[in-house]
Amino acid sequence: MTAVLEIDGVNKNFGGLRAVNQLSFVVHEREILGLIGPNGAGKSTVFNLINGVFTPDGGRVKFCGIDVTGQAPFRVARHGIARTHQIVQPLAELTVLENCTVGACFGRENLPLVRARAAAREVAVFVGLEDRLATPAAQLTIAAKKRLELARALAARPLLLLLDEVLAGLNPTEIERMVEVIRGIRGRGIAILIIEHLMQAIMGLSDRVVVLNSGQKLAEGTPAEIAANPAVVEAYLGDPALATALHGGA
Amino acid sequence: MFGIIASIVDGVLIGSVYGLAAMGLTLIWGVMNVVNLTHGTAIVAGMFALYLLTGAVGVPSYAALPFILIGGFLIGVALYWIAVHRMIGRPPLMVLLSTFSVNLVVIGLGTAVWGTGLFNVPVMLPGVTWHRYTFPGTHILAAALTAAIAGALYLFLYRTRLGKAVRAVANNREAAELCGIPTTRVLSLSFGLGVALAGAAGMLIATMFPFTVLAGDAYQLKSFVVTALGGLGNPAGALVGGVALGLVEGFAAQFMPVSWTLVIEFVLFVAVLIIFPRGIFAFART
Amino acid sequence: MNNGRTDSVVGDRPPPLLGRPFFWIVALVIGAFAIAPLVGANVELRERLLLAAVYITLASNLNLMLGYAGYINFGSIVFFGLGGYICVYLIGAREWPLAAAAPAAGLAVSLMALIFGLGILRLRGAFFALATIGINEGVQAFAANFEPWGGSAGLYLPMQVFAPLGGPMRALWVIYFFLIAVMGFSLYLSYAVKTSKFGLGLIAIGQNEDAAAVLGVPTALYKALAYSLSAFLPALAGGLYFFKSAFIQPTDAFDLGLSTEVMVIVMLGGRGTVTGAAIGAYLYEELRGSLLTSQTFANFQLVVSGLLLLLIVLFAPGGLMGWLYSRWPRTREALE
Repeated sequence: MTAVLEIDGVNKNFGGLRAVNQLSFVVHEREILGLIGPNGAGKSTVFNLINGVFTPDGGRVKFCGIDVTGQAPFRVARHGIARTHQIVQPLAELTVLENCTVGACFGRENLPLVRARAAAREVAVFVGLEDRLATPAAQLTIAAKKRLELARALAARPLLLLLDEVLAGLNPTEIERMVEVIRGIRGRGIAILIIEHLMQAIMGLSDRVVVLNSGQKLAEGTPAEIAANPAVVEAYLGDPALATALHGGA
Repeated sequence: MFGIIASIVDGVLIGSVYGLAAMGLTLIWGVMNVVNLTHGTAIVAGMFALYLLTGAVGVPSYAALPFILIGGFLIGVALYWIAVHRMIGRPPLMVLLSTFSVNLVVIGLGTAVWGTGLFNVPVMLPGVTWHRYTFPGTHILAAALTAAIAGALYLFLYRTRLGKAVRAVANNREAAELCGIPTTRVLSLSFGLGVALAGAAGMLIATMFPFTVLAGDAYQLKSFVVTALGGLGNPAGALVGGVALGLVEGFAAQFMPVSWTLVIEFVLFVAVLIIFPRGIFAFART
Repeated sequence: MNNGRTDSVVGDRPPPLLGRPFFWIVALVIGAFAIAPLVGANVELRERLLLAAVYITLASNLNLMLGYAGYINFGSIVFFGLGGYICVYLIGAREWPLAAAAPAAGLAVSLMALIFGLGILRLRGAFFALATIGINEGVQAFAANFEPWGGSAGLYLPMQVFAPLGGPMRALWVIYFFLIAVMGFSLYLSYAVKTSKFGLGLIAIGQNEDAAAVLGVPTALYKALAYSLSAFLPALAGGLYFFKSAFIQPTDAFDLGLSTEVMVIVMLGGRGTVTGAAIGAYLYEELRGSLLTSQTFANFQLVVSGLLLLLIVLFAPGGLMGWLYSRWPRTREALE
């Protein structure tokens, strides 16, 4: 399988703190890669390093073979990487349709306005916002705002989608719905790198999982392998004896 | 040679007052992320307050300082409730326009009452002579009072509970609210403090130089340059930055006409922001 | 902004230009400006409408930065003044015809704005706003000290320059019609930008610049283009205006008070709307006119502007058109 994204030995320091340390992993075409880890492990920082908000202090980021290390966010978006944010960033006074149109206009396909609007409409229907196309983004519920964030990222027709805690704050029905949507996105041929705290959801969705702890890669493998990994359990629960006991008693 | 040194020392004295003014600006900025475009007007208000208090009321010059500090504080609190409170959380563009509009109103009233002519508050104070140069007593006392006020501010911020609350709100308003700090009261208090500091600086400047109703713009610009140099929300940085600016001014005055000072300061301002986007000491971006 | 618009068109293709109500409304306004003073050769009306046309031009173009991209340009008058200086200089000292000098001034100022813009647009919020004042003050200081431009005394134009236009009397009418054309272009430009992909990008920047960048909007380039574009027509208008006066000096050309008034007009009419500039200018002029008749009130002009701006910002940030659109959403489609 071809690699859509290659993170190779990436470092990031903030003052004296090494937030990301020699991180390397690969996301393949049509793959859903889960990125998990305790709070403060550096997951969102990794996203920021990928899409150009931060510049790595070391290492390379390659997208479809192109070196995009440290490129400006708008350039990275043009290459075909789209992302959602942990705290949603709607363009508040614009409508749902207009938000998605922005995504379609300035994303990978760089569509002209009229075709972008058509693409935006299609994407809004896909995430289930077709009844609120003319609603200003500020007036949406939090669940709808999350769907808008997703739709806007999709409207750019990306090759890689970075999802940052897109399930946080949703009730079980909404979560189920969103998981379906995410599966549907993979079905369209888009690779997904997803950060999530909801273990059940992410283990169910992901083909492979990378575990981050204190900025370093702790483990990598299929969801089953990760769940059985004592080091991973320890990172989350913090007590090796407890981890062994749980593992032994499981 | 001595001329240049004298110019620089005098610049440092005057610059400290610029630092005082900038402290007011940077305090408000740091605590509530509001750029106070009435800052220049507050400085001018301090100047005219001195003029009125010494003239009409007959208060001996420096004794006016506590009145101006208290009056400035009260006016600042009122200003917060009128123009700023509703704007917290709104887009920065709107907050800027809000304080800007108050500025227009006050300047308009000021020119209507006092016109655009020059005003002066004569203050007699013996100076200190060194070689052929005299450092005016007003400059020395202004710098001393600045140091005193700065010291008091430091004690307030770092040794009192209320000061700690102010620093907490500046750091993270939501978290402070969750800790039980009445953030709105802290915000209004901080705004009042900022205006008080600006007014005090205006008063001290009035003891040194003549002034007009429109002088606020120039001093506001100096405050912005100082804030850019010293870093947002950093009162100590503001003082140091002010001294640095005074130094630059004193030095430049030897070589070029005064009318170019403003232009130089604008160029400096823009250059500092572009070359040192995080400020020479800390952050300078909104 | 654009909330509440219903998709009343088939698919997403907007109607052709001539089919849109807005096109005809602007054409009507231009027509009214053109014809009204011709009735009885009403010179006094013409002068008032000329001033209004200048205000509308300045406001429409300021809207590109203030309304769409959300950047406050306190010193926007610098385009007007600099355009005036370049045009007057080219005609007076270099004997260029007006038809060449005015567009040249527009282009020159636009180019300079692009260059300066790329620099200062890296600054956000208040810093950018103050930097624009700095540019205005800097250019004014330059003009006041630059000998070929007459220094602080300014430049005069001899009466002969009006000869190619048919003499001084006729020239005033010709320039008036040129200025109305510039006003019309400004309104159409504002509309064209707003309904274009470029405009959408600008508005996205105005909503959330960082999010816009992540979505792929080339923010630095777009801001600089908007700044440069917003300079062209005001510079052209400045060239025409000061040519008509046959005199230009630094304090008139770079009057920050005028910049402020234009900003109040944009906010009053409705930031980010196209018709707002025109409505705001008209209302503001009426208000100012009625106040100026009383001598005491002349001093309070600034106070009135300030109070007006404060009230708008506190209670009606969308301005007049914003309020109208939120009450009757259908008007937005027609009026933009």
